[in-house]
Amino acid sequence: MSINGIIARKIGMTQIFLDDGKVVPVTAVKAGPCTVTFIRDDTRDGYTAVQLGFEDAKYVNKGIAGHLKPVSKLFRHLKEVPANDVDEIEIGQEIGAENFSVGERVDVIGLSKGRGFAGTVKRHGFRGGPKTHGQSDRLRAPGSIGGGTFPGRIFKGTKMAGHMGNSRTTIRNVEIVEVDPERNLLFVKGAIPGASRSIIQVRRTNKKGK
Amino acid sequence: MDAHHLVQNQPNENIPDFGPGDTVKVNYRVKEGERTRVQPFQGIVLLKSGGKSPSASFTVRRIAQGIGIERKFPLYSPNVESVDVLRYGKVRRARLYYFRERSGRAARIKERMVNGRPLRPQVKNR
Repeated sequence: MSINGIIARKIGMTQIFLDDGKVVPVTAVKAGPCTVTFIRDDTRDGYTAVQLGFEDAKYVNKGIAGHLKPVSKLFRHLKEVPANDVDEIEIGQEIGAENFSVGERVDVIGLSKGRGFAGTVKRHGFRGGPKTHGQSDRLRAPGSIGGGTFPGRIFKGTKMAGHMGNSRTTIRNVEIVEVDPERNLLFVKGAIPGASRSIIQVRRTNKKGK
Repeated sequence: MDAHHLVQNQPNENIPDFGPGDTVKVNYRVKEGERTRVQPFQGIVLLKSGGKSPSASFTVRRIAQGIGIERKFPLYSPNVESVDVLRYGKVRRARLYYFRERSGRAARIKERMVNGRPLRPQVKNR
């Protein structure tokens, strides 16, 4: 097929036994059904992609309602995913989990869980200071952040405390362990970004080799 | 939230219903280089845990050469070839942790009785 991505909803993690008795940790993902709502082609847009709609909506604003007129359906989530051979794709076409196959490698894009204003230990994996030997207030302190009179400033990009999470995060080259086309489920190996029930994107990876 | 309910566990037909206090023989597949063989492990079931999730397991305790050995088996693993129930035990706990402190004559479990007669497992000829 030629649509190389799908909008999905993360369900949560579980595990699967392989035939040889090995256990694989997997994340279950509800992938589709998605409807093609718009097509980008080479001549007009300079690249090829399709816009997909996921999960029915009751109301959308009038601008989007007008945009969705050709499919005569309203969606809560619209997202563009890469595609090729767009001539063969029609607006209104539906895709689901069957678009992917077992063993395929994908990239998973999600919004990571927000951690708020996080210190350096949580955010950058600093070790903090000693707990004992006469120390006070040093347990999770960052330590020195630079020199003195020379250079007389803190270098840009120095790792410090600050906002962590709640950012678009991509996990690349994830293996698909199981596909359930009837329930539109994908089981991908390992953890993926974001909270359960959050919206994610699954794309065929462009990473080469294994 | 986990997604355990979405995975279809393959119930092993060779695992009968059993519970804590029962004496069982677990036939576990072991891979040795190229070939696989079945290694039995016989003992008393201390607990079953994990409910209906695919990670459900049970713990078996046996005394080997005077040393207590406990092994935990995944209930839905294809490597558990079969479980034979040898004796049904009567216990009043779901988790027999107290059994670890017992030895000798104290480490006995009464047989489960039904209508004044001991409940004996149906031994299948396999």
